[in-house]
Amino acid sequence: MPRVVVDVVLKPEISDPQGQAVLAALGRLGHDSVRSVRQGKHFVLEVDGTPDEAELRKIAETLLANPVIEDVELHFPND
Amino acid sequence: MRIGVITFPGSLDDVDAARAVRLAGAEPVALWHADHDLKDVDAIVLPGGFSYGDYLRAGAIAARAPLMQEVMDRARAGMPVLGICNGFQVLCEAGLLPGALTRNSHLHFRNRDQALRIERADTAWTASYAPGERIVVPVKNGEGRYVAADADLDRLEGEGRVAVRYVEGNPNGSMRDIAGVSSENGRVVGLMPHPEHAVEDLTGPSTDGLGFFTSVLKAVVSA
Repeated sequence: MPRVVVDVVLKPEISDPQGQAVLAALGRLGHDSVRSVRQGKHFVLEVDGTPDEAELRKIAETLLANPVIEDVELHFPND
Repeated sequence: MRIGVITFPGSLDDVDAARAVRLAGAEPVALWHADHDLKDVDAIVLPGGFSYGDYLRAGAIAARAPLMQEVMDRARAGMPVLGICNGFQVLCEAGLLPGALTRNSHLHFRNRDQALRIERADTAWTASYAPGERIVVPVKNGEGRYVAADADLDRLEGEGRVAVRYVEGNPNGSMRDIAGVSSENGRVVGLMPHPEHAVEDLTGPSTDGLGFFTSVLKAVVSA
């Protein structure tokens, strides 16, 4: 069954305290080379038949993400 | 006067909201999220809690509940709707109010008595207050940081839609100390603090919260 992956991340202008907390923890562990962390969500959707890009984009933008604060990225099977 | 209080799976403060409605002199009416029946109410309260365990995003799944169809239709027709805490998150997710609520900037759940300034005393839910009045009610949230794009915040401020602001300390990093906002027509209001927990001397830090529930009585009579 084809799988479609949807990544949801906060828009760049929205501050991400969880990502900042992860970055601070990395610093405490000695990983000084990491400059920035942004935390997001990763959805894997299994769909019947050939994935309909327009429908999946609508799903991503109306439920999986809040377009006020988040951006979405869709990945299709042959990407 | 009948004021509906919606219960979603995971609502916590629906009983307190109903009690505040009764103390204000109206009849509380229990509404169930999975129905399509608003039971002829004159106004609606969406209470606090953790609907659907805050899964996906706080308020995101409740905003798509069956009853929300009717709430959106009636709200757009001018019915007063108040969202408290999780109810505010639901109204933002449903697109009835602008902006979004995100995780507190300090990442901690914050529970304390909070001073607020009533910025607008001309909404359906704040007309019992004086403009600029200071009140103290509990605040309790983990995802209460109000955010929106700067241009949108400028527009909201310009349109006089910042209804309530935090004073004497911002509990969650909300942009511009915004605690609550209103719709363009002032009939839909959402705020993170809990006026329904400040309606009786025995249990609250004050009785300052009662004004939200007495305000709507006037708003419905004058509509």
